[in-house]
Amino acid sequence: MHIVDGALSNPVVIAGAVAAVGGIALGLRSLTLERIPAAGVLSASFFVASLIHVPIGPSSVHLILNGLAGLLLGFAAFPALFVGLLLQAVFFGFGGLTVLGVNTVNIALPAVLAWMVFGRLIGRGSPVQGAVWGGVGGAFAIAATTGMVAVSLAMSGDEFLPAAKLVFFAHVPVMAIEAVLTGFAILLARKVKPELFVKGLPA
Amino acid sequence: MAHALGQNEKTLTETGALRVSGRIGSVDPRVRILAAISFGIVVVGLSSLMTLSVALGLSMGLLFLSRLPLRPTLKRMAMMDSFIIFMLLLLPFTVPGDPIFTLWGATASWQGLWRGVEIALTANAVILALMTLVGTMEPVTLGHALHKLRMPETLVHLLMFTIRYIEVLREEYLRLRAAMKVRGFRPGTNWHTYRSFGYLVGMMLVRAIERSERILQAMKCRGFSGRIHLLQDFALTVVDRRFAVLFGGAVLLLICLEIAWR
Repeated sequence: MHIVDGALSNPVVIAGAVAAVGGIALGLRSLTLERIPAAGVLSASFFVASLIHVPIGPSSVHLILNGLAGLLLGFAAFPALFVGLLLQAVFFGFGGLTVLGVNTVNIALPAVLAWMVFGRLIGRGSPVQGAVWGGVGGAFAIAATTGMVAVSLAMSGDEFLPAAKLVFFAHVPVMAIEAVLTGFAILLARKVKPELFVKGLPA
Repeated sequence: MAHALGQNEKTLTETGALRVSGRIGSVDPRVRILAAISFGIVVVGLSSLMTLSVALGLSMGLLFLSRLPLRPTLKRMAMMDSFIIFMLLLLPFTVPGDPIFTLWGATASWQGLWRGVEIALTANAVILALMTLVGTMEPVTLGHALHKLRMPETLVHLLMFTIRYIEVLREEYLRLRAAMKVRGFRPGTNWHTYRSFGYLVGMMLVRAIERSERILQAMKCRGFSGRIHLLQDFALTVVDRRFAVLFGGAVLLLICLEIAWR
């Protein structure tokens, strides 16, 4: 899901960087110092979760779980996911430097949108209802992320159009898996720690 | 990303752990971050293949100077390439131009091939420079240096907390996986596997949140008043200036070569 340096055109890279700065600034405003430990630990959890490989047929995919990150963190998902991407690029060589902004927006904006649309729904009704909405949110976030990756490629040049379509359709099974996993993660959280989604993160 | 890590390898090196970073290690972290950023921006702007090869050569030079272990570093770079290889292989067929050969009715063009090579060279040169210049730092030093470079304090604290807890949480993840394994769990493509992984992630998050509550309590217990102090200070030395001048010269040379060879 990471785009590398050199593939995108300059306007796309610059627009991505500007949007990322805006999103991070908004996210930081919602982070009081009291909430930083929670956000930091969750940011680290999502970093670790992206190390998990889930088998699918003969191959395997690694998790992104940006929908879940959004549902738990709200606007703070923007800086939290940026930190994860920064560490991945610097210490693991994943992604790139100038595309950090684009990658952040592509992953964090769907997370925040998932929170805005589905955030209230996962705390309501029975745990199973919440889990279903969580699953829908998880699928939505991955679908939006892949769509945005495809759009950033397509906007950089027509020659990427086939690659962009390929990226999108190759990720359909990933959307299904992320949906199921997000759903079950929410289900467990609703049963084990019901107060989590009632009052949000410990503030 | 997991296969980038060996069985017993840590995700990030611990604070105070011995870092082998050769000559690069003695340069001021702020200078290294700025050098990596300026290198990245310039290289992304390059388009001549010759200049890009010189840029990749420069990154390789940095790799030797940094004394990072060659094999694992290049392996990580190759893994990034394996992700983009499909996109690059498609390019010759989608960029119109002089044909090289035809495969199942699709024509590959030279222009597309060169475009693919250009992207591969750029991506590798930038990420290698980033890993050797910035990735050789202690993660905590990176946080302090970014703070001195005017990154917002809240974001730096978030970065520091993330760095601090990645390894802790990975160990927790490995413990949970071990517990699943001794109960006979074997991942496959089935509902049971996805449900178990979902519960695993959910459990990790619940534990993470409870951990963060304990952290906050511990901080308050020690008189946390809503401000965390970042104490590390940096001072520019002769070595740093020399490095900055040399590296700046190399980047300028890249720009000149680009203009000359276009």
